[in-house]
Amino acid sequence: MATEAEIYGDLTEIFHDVFMRDDIKLSPELTAKGVQGWDSFKQIEIIMACEEKWGIKFNTRELDALRCVGDLATMVGKKIG
Amino acid sequence: MTDLHWLPTIPDWRQRLKAIPSEPATAWDNAVALANARLNFVLTNALDETVRRVLPNGPETLATKRVRLAVLGSSTLAHLLAGIRAAGLRRGIWIDTYENDYGQYLQELSETDSPLHAFKPNAVLIALDAYHLTAGVTAGMDAETAEAALTEMQDRLREVWRLAREAFRCPIIQQAALPLHLSVLGQNEHRLPGSRAWFVSRLNAAMRAMAEAEGVDILAVDERATRDGIGKWHDTALWHRSKQEVSPTASPLYGDLVGRWLAAKQGRSFKCLVMDLDNTLWGGVIGDDGMDGIVLGQGSPLGEAYTAFQEYARELSRRGVILAVCSKNDEANALEPFEKHPDMVLKRGDIASFVANWSNKADNIRAIAQELNIGLDALCFIDDNPFERNLVRQELPMVAVPEVSDDPTGYPVALADAGYFEGLSVTDEDRERTSQYQGNKARDALKAAVTDLPSYLRGLEMQLIWKRFDKIGLQRIVQLINKSNQFNLTTRRYTDEDVIAVMADPDAFGLQLRLTDRFGDNGIIAIIIGRLQANKDLEIDTWLMSCRVLGRQVEPTTLNLIAAEAAKLGARRLVGTYIPTKKNAMVKEHYVRLGFTVMDSDAAGGNRNILDLAAFTPAETFIHVVEG
Repeated sequence: MATEAEIYGDLTEIFHDVFMRDDIKLSPELTAKGVQGWDSFKQIEIIMACEEKWGIKFNTRELDALRCVGDLATMVGKKIG
Repeated sequence: MTDLHWLPTIPDWRQRLKAIPSEPATAWDNAVALANARLNFVLTNALDETVRRVLPNGPETLATKRVRLAVLGSSTLAHLLAGIRAAGLRRGIWIDTYENDYGQYLQELSETDSPLHAFKPNAVLIALDAYHLTAGVTAGMDAETAEAALTEMQDRLREVWRLAREAFRCPIIQQAALPLHLSVLGQNEHRLPGSRAWFVSRLNAAMRAMAEAEGVDILAVDERATRDGIGKWHDTALWHRSKQEVSPTASPLYGDLVGRWLAAKQGRSFKCLVMDLDNTLWGGVIGDDGMDGIVLGQGSPLGEAYTAFQEYARELSRRGVILAVCSKNDEANALEPFEKHPDMVLKRGDIASFVANWSNKADNIRAIAQELNIGLDALCFIDDNPFERNLVRQELPMVAVPEVSDDPTGYPVALADAGYFEGLSVTDEDRERTSQYQGNKARDALKAAVTDLPSYLRGLEMQLIWKRFDKIGLQRIVQLINKSNQFNLTTRRYTDEDVIAVMADPDAFGLQLRLTDRFGDNGIIAIIIGRLQANKDLEIDTWLMSCRVLGRQVEPTTLNLIAAEAAKLGARRLVGTYIPTKKNAMVKEHYVRLGFTVMDSDAAGGNRNILDLAAFTPAETFIHVVEG
């Protein structure tokens, strides 16, 4: 069972790879507005990188409900138990 | 699987990407190396973005032809372009890409003032999604209407090809329709004329026949999806969200399929498969296990897997791929299975260049390229041993070296999935090629080039972990003592009891040596038994080593260890004996090479050698010695 800190650690690496920047600091409140270049395609990259990383799958409703990094981390946490 | 499983993972990949310098030629070389790693779509995008930033217009000079590829399609394409450009980079080809405005491929093709025409492509990929290709087809159709729909779609494709050809006079590749539709009738879907799933199958068959007539090539994503599972290629939820027909996770492989086509168009497919022998073409080590001992052929699952790999290699050769052998072996041992083993599928006559000796493989591969008179960048080298693979990758980065496990079942898969030998047509000449190369043989002209072995060895971070004989290692020690034939100075065979006696003898030592490196643990690779004589000579009773670790400075490092252990027992000199057998000619000069003085040689070819410990200076090697 992964701790919240571990999930945030792995998410941070995914964000750094997707945006090619090391200076993004993830917080639960962070949204697409807070990161330059975070458009709908980057959103898909982030989601698919998470699916690949943890071997999980998000359904359409779950994706539509995502509002911020906190939502994503919570959902990952639920799926990997 | 849609991952690029035949490429190695590079541990410090991210750091190396960040460290790409601004000097164009070096930046390009570094980027090519980074493209030859097992990248997922995120890292593929990162590499592509970095390269476009550092080299906006590509390197100034290139051996390959620059490609201007127009990707024309009916749905979202942007996520496929980085994978295509990275696949070009992997092959040293610079690719500029163009995608049409969403869905506007036909308009842009037709209008000569469109941005597509301004782009002036020299290659065109038509990537129409399967929803678009089946538009209007429905289960309510009767046979005649469905047939008319198929004919109409063929005509439309032909028209698209005609427009592209007349406008750009360049190679065209048509993406096959992805088989993403669900069945509505069931297993006998083909009885429903208006089935979309069946329509896609028929269209893909018809498309191939048309492409033959029109000189268009096919991007066979349908075949890949059949192998990988359509779910790996197409994500229906993602289609609803973003109209991406090909899933971003499959984009590196999609790009590679395009990249290998572009390379083939430039005549840059690989031409020759260079194969290791021991544990690659058969199981076991021919020099140690002998003809009866190697695993090959019916009767064992592993033996059948090696046979299947040989059959795949022979199929490749029959369609024009040249086969060569590069093995660390005595040539006579290496040749014997080809000449006498009943289960060998490959015969000596199938091999255009056969190199078996104890030199390093990078030099031998250079010699093979020279003998066959083809470029090193036309060679693909398959070897089960990670040390050899990485040596060749470092010394000869232009040689393709698929990453494989020790399971031979995966060898044909790696070669096929990697698409090294991508061919666009087959000629009679291809089918006769191997025999031509055999005719041209110029073996005498082998000139070994100099490989920078020291820098490779330094980077390996080798550790020699040694222990006295112990109960835990007993089984492996006895096995090695009784099995090793080639690197074995005295070939003395001992039982469990003999080995236990060495452990108990205060005037003797038995050493078991394990070698680890960056790529893993090679296991117990050498056994030493030393016995102190009454005159304070330390007799090296047994010195044997696995041939896998030859050429890695293990021998001088082992001598350092023997000298230290001998000194602890109070020895003044080391005495090393070579007893010749049919199989151990390779170590005849072993002691002289290590600085011993020959004391006497006998008529049978044996020798006895002396090393004075007081005058001995331990050799400096790249191996770190640790007591384990």
